[in-house]
Amino acid sequence: MPGNWPLSKRRRALTERGAIFNKIRAFFQEKGYLEVETPFRIPAPAPETHIDAITSAGWFLQTSPELCMKRMLAAGYQRIFQICRCWREGERGVRHLSEFTMLEWYRAGADYFDLMDETEALVNAAAGVPRIPYRGLDIELALPWERITVAEAFRLYSDSTVSEALDAGLFDEIMVERIEPRLGLTRPTFIYDYPPCCAALARLKKGDATVAERFELYIGGLEIANAFSELIDPEEQRTRFEAAAAERSSYGKAAYPVPEKFLAALADMPESAGIALGLDRLVMVLLDAECIDDVVAFTTEEL
Amino acid sequence: MYSAADLRKGLKIAIDNEPYIITAFDFAKPGKGQALYRTKLKNMITGSTLDRTYRSGETFEPANLEDRKMQYLYKEDDHYCFMDNDTFEQIHINEAAMGDAKNYLIDNLAVDVLIFRDKAIGVDVPNFVNLRVTQTDPWVKGDTSGSDSKPATLETGYVLRVPPFIEEGELITIDTRTGEYSTRVKG
Repeated sequence: MPGNWPLSKRRRALTERGAIFNKIRAFFQEKGYLEVETPFRIPAPAPETHIDAITSAGWFLQTSPELCMKRMLAAGYQRIFQICRCWREGERGVRHLSEFTMLEWYRAGADYFDLMDETEALVNAAAGVPRIPYRGLDIELALPWERITVAEAFRLYSDSTVSEALDAGLFDEIMVERIEPRLGLTRPTFIYDYPPCCAALARLKKGDATVAERFELYIGGLEIANAFSELIDPEEQRTRFEAAAAERSSYGKAAYPVPEKFLAALADMPESAGIALGLDRLVMVLLDAECIDDVVAFTTEEL
Repeated sequence: MYSAADLRKGLKIAIDNEPYIITAFDFAKPGKGQALYRTKLKNMITGSTLDRTYRSGETFEPANLEDRKMQYLYKEDDHYCFMDNDTFEQIHINEAAMGDAKNYLIDNLAVDVLIFRDKAIGVDVPNFVNLRVTQTDPWVKGDTSGSDSKPATLETGYVLRVPPFIEEGELITIDTRTGEYSTRVKG
């Protein structure tokens, strides 16, 4: 008799989750990517205004494997991917776990549009079917997917422009309340070209320095992935980190040590693009799960 | 004093000195953006509702309510009757003010009646209550999927999802904070 019902009733979801992970690994092996592992416990996370790391014996649990993976790019590893745990303090809800599973991959010589193409192929490979039901929606995964800029999304779905929203301090509210619920409802949506202040590790767009080469993927209103054409200028990156650190301080948040080894390595980093994809979220969408708890074996509260 | 991270369904906070209960809660965080705590709130006096979005760093005063230990007696029309076991005083609370608590009321259940300015405006039930299953379909033997749940009706009329192995007549524990099945009561 199954004694732990929350755990035993997830058997079907966890079985399918395992199968999805296998398909993802096969996808990257076929494309010539090397699966890598980098330490979970690190001395200096990237200073981002609204992402808080959990401390661990004087260091930090990673909020993303980004910095170590970019150091590998700088050392000549051209195509790498990693499936790993990440931790973010205070993030918990039906779409958030404080400890969650991230898929990150990095590719030398690519930009963010190349990664949109690759993400389309990956999600199709993971799904294995051309359309999926999700929360009452019928989502077409066959190409093409929708691609709209942040500026277009504000024009279509809100009453203000991006710069008005930023000036009023309402960018995040409008994204959450007006824009996100409209993205990826009939087919997945890439929303791209973010204001530079929302993209601390992305390079500015070639030919238009008012936006940064960053995109997010949404399926069924759910944010699935975030990607950049990587910023590879060490001085520019240091300046952005200092700005983020000052913002953190203005919110009364703890300062992090400057990741000096990462900044030093940036000088050797090739032009490249990288992406972080929330695997628990992707599994939610592919299994039509209402809550992130339904697709993991244990939540923190169940330990 | 509560912080935004304390907000959750069922929490009672004061807004403009009036008591509100959070009836729906959602944690949102747009990519790289700040955490937003989206709530639906119900005014516990008037029943009116409002939507509010809060940010981390905001703080909240608890609703200024007095708890009074009472016992559930019976329901009459759209009123629920409770009694103070020390003074034998009886009070009535209308159905609209009961919220989800009405799903868990069995005879003699000990509850906290919530008083605001001398008026009873709601009820807190224990976090866990044991209720009997009055109707549920039998488990089909040989179904090894192990992952399905099925609907069950409890003695209060409340319907929820339970594991397939639960049978009619069994006593189960409900977590009243979520309204979900928690465990089977042995014996």
